Amino acid sequence: MELELKGITKRFGSLVANEGIDLAVAPGQVHALLGENGAGKSTLMNVLYGLLQPDEGEILIDNQAVRFGSPKDAIAAGIGMVHQHFMLVPVFTVAENVTLGIEETRPPGLLDRRRTRRDVRELSQRYGLEVDPDALVENLPVGIQQRVEIVKALVREATVLILDEPTAVLTPAETDDLFRIIRQLKDGGTSIVFISHKLKEVQAIADTITVLRRGKVVGERPPSSTEDELATLMVGRDVQLRVSKQAAKPGEVVLDVADLVVTDLAGQAQVNGMSFQVRAGEILGVAGVQGNGQTELCEALMGLRPATAGRVTLDGRNLTRATPAQRLEAGIAYVPEDRQEDGLIGDFSVADNMVLDQYNKPPFAKGINLNLGAIAANAAERVKEFDVRTTSADTAVGTLSGGNQQKVILARELAQEHKVLIASQPTRGLDVGSIEFVHRRIVDQRDRGVAVLIVSAELDEIYALADRIAVMYEGKITGFRPPTVPVEELGKLMAGGADQDPAAASALAGPLASADPPQAPEPPGPSGSSGTDPSPSAPTGIPGAGE
Amino acid sequence: MSDQAGQAGAAEAQKKQTGPGRGRAIRDSILEGNTFTVTVLAIFTAFVVGGLLNAFTNTTVLHAWGNLFSDPGHAIATAWDTAVGAYVEMFEGSIFNPHTVSALFQQASFSAAIHDGYLSAVFYPLSETCVQATPLILAGLAVALPYQAGLFNIGAQSQLIGGMIFATYLGYGVSLPVVVHVVVCVIGGFVGGAFMGWIVGELKARTGAHEVIVTIMLNYVMIYLLAYLLSFPYLMQAPHSSNEITAAIAGNAHLPLLFGSHLRINAGFLIALACALAIWWLLSRTTTGFEFRSIGKNPSAARVAGMNVERTWVLAMLIAGGLAGLAGATVIQGTDFTLNFQSYGTYGIDAITVALLGLGRPLGVVLAGLLFGALHAGAPLMQAVTGTPVDMVEVLQAVIVLFVAAPPLIRAMYRLRAARAGGVGGVMSKGWNA
Amino acid sequence: MTIAGNVLTDQALVNQAPVSPFRRWLAPATFAAFGLINIFVLGGYAHKGDATFAFSQPFAKVTVPNLTLPAAATCYVCGGISIALALVRAFVPLSKLMRRVAIGLVLFLFVLSLLCWADAGQTTAFNIVNLLQGTLGQSIPIMLGALTGVICSRSGVINVGIEGQLLLGAFTAAIVATVTGSLWLGLICGALAGSLVGVLLAVFAIGYRVDQVVLGVVLNTLVLGLTGYLFDGLMVPYQNTLNSPATFAAIKIPLLGDIPIIGPIFFDATIFLYLTYIALAGVQVGLFSTRWGLRTRAIGEHPIAADTVGINVIAMRYRNVIAAGLIAGVGGAYFTIGSVGAFGADMTSGEGYIALAAMIFGRYTPIGAISAALLFGFTTQLQSIMSTLNTPIQSNLLLATPYVITIIVLAGLVGKVRGPRAEGIPYIKS
Repeated sequence: MELELKGITKRFGSLVANEGIDLAVAPGQVHALLGENGAGKSTLMNVLYGLLQPDEGEILIDNQAVRFGSPKDAIAAGIGMVHQHFMLVPVFTVAENVTLGIEETRPPGLLDRRRTRRDVRELSQRYGLEVDPDALVENLPVGIQQRVEIVKALVREATVLILDEPTAVLTPAETDDLFRIIRQLKDGGTSIVFISHKLKEVQAIADTITVLRRGKVVGERPPSSTEDELATLMVGRDVQLRVSKQAAKPGEVVLDVADLVVTDLAGQAQVNGMSFQVRAGEILGVAGVQGNGQTELCEALMGLRPATAGRVTLDGRNLTRATPAQRLEAGIAYVPEDRQEDGLIGDFSVADNMVLDQYNKPPFAKGINLNLGAIAANAAERVKEFDVRTTSADTAVGTLSGGNQQKVILARELAQEHKVLIASQPTRGLDVGSIEFVHRRIVDQRDRGVAVLIVSAELDEIYALADRIAVMYEGKITGFRPPTVPVEELGKLMAGGADQDPAAASALAGPLASADPPQAPEPPGPSGSSGTDPSPSAPTGIPGAGE
Repeated sequence: MSDQAGQAGAAEAQKKQTGPGRGRAIRDSILEGNTFTVTVLAIFTAFVVGGLLNAFTNTTVLHAWGNLFSDPGHAIATAWDTAVGAYVEMFEGSIFNPHTVSALFQQASFSAAIHDGYLSAVFYPLSETCVQATPLILAGLAVALPYQAGLFNIGAQSQLIGGMIFATYLGYGVSLPVVVHVVVCVIGGFVGGAFMGWIVGELKARTGAHEVIVTIMLNYVMIYLLAYLLSFPYLMQAPHSSNEITAAIAGNAHLPLLFGSHLRINAGFLIALACALAIWWLLSRTTTGFEFRSIGKNPSAARVAGMNVERTWVLAMLIAGGLAGLAGATVIQGTDFTLNFQSYGTYGIDAITVALLGLGRPLGVVLAGLLFGALHAGAPLMQAVTGTPVDMVEVLQAVIVLFVAAPPLIRAMYRLRAARAGGVGGVMSKGWNA
Repeated sequence: MTIAGNVLTDQALVNQAPVSPFRRWLAPATFAAFGLINIFVLGGYAHKGDATFAFSQPFAKVTVPNLTLPAAATCYVCGGISIALALVRAFVPLSKLMRRVAIGLVLFLFVLSLLCWADAGQTTAFNIVNLLQGTLGQSIPIMLGALTGVICSRSGVINVGIEGQLLLGAFTAAIVATVTGSLWLGLICGALAGSLVGVLLAVFAIGYRVDQVVLGVVLNTLVLGLTGYLFDGLMVPYQNTLNSPATFAAIKIPLLGDIPIIGPIFFDATIFLYLTYIALAGVQVGLFSTRWGLRTRAIGEHPIAADTVGINVIAMRYRNVIAAGLIAGVGGAYFTIGSVGAFGADMTSGEGYIALAAMIFGRYTPIGAISAALLFGFTTQLQSIMSTLNTPIQSNLLLATPYVITIIVLAGLVGKVRGPRAEGIPYIKS
């Protein structure tokens, strides 16, 4: 099937998400759509999938113009989509999810579960996508869930498969697996549209790359193009892809976590005996695919979730049973993973959000009375200092862009004296400019002697920021490594591989004696790629986060 | 704070206009679907609906409409008369009755007239409105305050009864000097209600039991508890009485009247207004209010910021219960003076509609309380003269609130343009979710 | 700001508050409390003598002999077992199933003691069959209301307006049955009335995206006011022509109705009970074994996913809510043409809210909701039995019992129940 998008334009009020986009996908081709967060990739794909209607332009299938009023139409035309945030009902089984919308029934209208199970098994075997039809989706690891999504699309006889940021949630090994599946599908005649912001991966898998920037197509390039060329196209300027930082000068241990265990409501240990220390003036990066207990770790460190066992100490002070307020008092600054849910009150003004944890202390309050003037003055100052783009400090923070929202949170957290900064997925969903800003700030904090703990699923970010890396898998630390560690080794640890060199690793569990600025090796990307080896001084992959 | 944002935005917009431009801005603002317009239209539409209901469940009207084709004029006239007639009586009972003015000027001597209460009679409807509004404002605040904190307090009735019980008992059970007795009973009312509110808050904080169901259950429990207490002389039943009623509270416990003995308006009204002011100050100018609003909008973020969500819930329900208890106290000490098994009336239910019409804000609650107070004040006269059951008021209240909840519906009905985002209207376009 | 979000059970609070010791000891303490009441209150104050329990009705084809128990002693034994269970619950880890069994056992022992105490030394036997028959009858509106709630909640819409649906159903059934003289027409119109409230709920909740909990309460207020208005204005003055319907007679199913004990309870009742069986079977099978059920659960858990596979989330929610209203309408009709006949102001007395509690307690499943509804119905029935037995508890306190029980159940024994993930969150198509 020849798929072509011609002149697609989509506006949301005054925001032009897509402008005059042309895209042609040949059968049996992997066509990558490259662009940073906010470039308009997802919007374009939602138009293609029938979730949105374009304001201008048309979609052509085999040179015939078609209109997709809803996903139903797109599916009927043979287009399948694997969304970045999975469209799976967690409490349903794999078979139920795959069959939703096209359920097979037997009289008198009851679901024919047996036939569905059979179909799912057959399909999964044919494409090497092993899944158990009766497993509950919420119990499946993320990589397998993605397979379910792909099976879902294939069951509906998709000839064009759209993959939206598929590797955001995968370990390097799972990414390899995915690429194998993509190649197999390609050989079978399926076209793949691969949406990503990750340069190296796109170069590894694509047959051709279309670069989007600010809603427009800025170029189509072969995968043999240089990284620099693609990066410049993506961002539109020469970008300092890697925050420059000096050597770490770690001091005393500030944050000490010993044998931390955190169980969830079902009694499962999400954090299963973690021990680590963070020193003043160093950044400890906790790497790992989402779902291995990172969220629970941060919540426990902040007192939002009770620790079942273990000890958390800050400068010698035992905080294991402390409330969140007490921990904030003790000097922990926290940038939560979900900024809209946990970090900000969307309906409140920027000014109010700036004092969310300080509102009851002078100068913002005297006793029970709020000092509105002080709040406003503080807001004005911080907005300038952190370059928050907003029409006024009184606008609702929910209307700001992701990057600006994160700046508000940072402004708030970094405003007072603190000894520890915990940042979870700090640049998720941010554009390159904001990512640079956030990384700069984090490194600044480190240089001022703050003990920084970064939790990130983005390996690029970990490599860029961390002075030491701890790999987290299923609630435990599988190993400590310096940022010079090769990706394959890190990948193995991320997938639960045993720590091969415990002696060397334990030396790193402690302080990193002043080392030279670590040179990052070949940045994360699928192994076995045929791309050229970049020289060590070349910029690494753009530190980014899933859109 | 969206309140300020809205006002700031509107103020900004206004400042830009000068001279004739200003009038245009006001007219545009009214034509657009902003809060005030939508609310007024919602009320108007509700009255129309009520009028239709009244007319077409009236046997005379139905009879006349049986002959619609032979005598359409008569049919429409009776319908109109019935509907409008009821509202006229309601108006006369709650705002102003022209007959009282003519009666006043018919009196021989002005001073004698005043002494005999003819002047007061002119203000009697308004006074009654204020009397009826008093418990509605207080109970409405009892629903509005927790609403800001994300809780839906439908238990105003149980809290009100709790306050009534305490206030009444202190009223007849102890003997205290003049000013002290009133104050003690009022405080007792607050305490009684606060206790009931505290129960709900604690249950939610400790067990996660949702306050909607718990409060409704408590409403029924308190009704039966009240009846129980009034069944035995050794509890609260008046001695030598076979009815479920208490003894009368002491004269010292009565709330002082504001304008002489012919008008029932009493200090309770001032208490209501004072509380509205206090709650406004609490919500917008204090750290506690900041906590309430934060937790109401986003409890997750509030918790991460260090706020104690559970403790705040308990505090909100405690204060809310106290306000409802005060409402009960003002009824007992202001107008009823005894407590019987039906004293709680419809105040608890009305409180919800008052709070919703007032959009959960203290000023709104006062205005809504006055409006619904007027409805309640005028209803008895309406029923007496036209025979329309007083339940009409309940219907009107609910319909008004439903219309207010869906501004798009009103806007569609009256072809208003949607409000500008960022102006006062934009803030309200989400119905009750303000 | 939304009040409810998707929470009648506070699921929206992502950050969990630390589990307090209060929660840990709540269940064992409750068990122990029941045990102590059994021993010291019921056993201690029981009259001397035996309590006799009858299990048959007069004129039954097969009679079952009475059971006689020494009243006080039975109370003591029940109390002892309850306290033992308290200790087990406190110190022995139990599976979820065993915990529920324990709760059921403690409640059963309490009721047994209560009955022993009530009947101690009396000559009349306490008829268990009557008790259970009455329970089933009392539970019908709660059961049907809870089923309505389950359908709506599973579809993602919180229906707090069940009370209004019941009340309007009762009113409509009474008036239509009186005016037309046909009970069946009354039943149908009662069902439609419930559906009408469902239409309002759907339009405002789905169409205008109003806060669903608040909306439900307002609808209940509207129905209360409207029926009160019409009752005062029309039904009272025109009682004979508008408010004196007949009632459905009990229908005994041949053969099944003659089984001792079970027969009279389950197979000798009005059409309403049989409709309840059908509704229960229909919803249970429908939700979990049909295409409709799968899609309904999908739109309640993850409407976006359902949308992307081509399911019309909005339309389905509308259809489900409006159709579910029929069930509640039938439940409402029971109040009038199923039992007492004439309509009275506010005759549903909060049972719609109890139905909501039953749904939550039953973990949003039809069978669970029915079981919970039966429990609540039982407490209501118990109260009326107590008053006929001339027990020294004053009638008002007894009348408050079902409501107190609901609070206790909701607060104490429920635990955190997880409702459908998208419940209460309006779906906005982007």
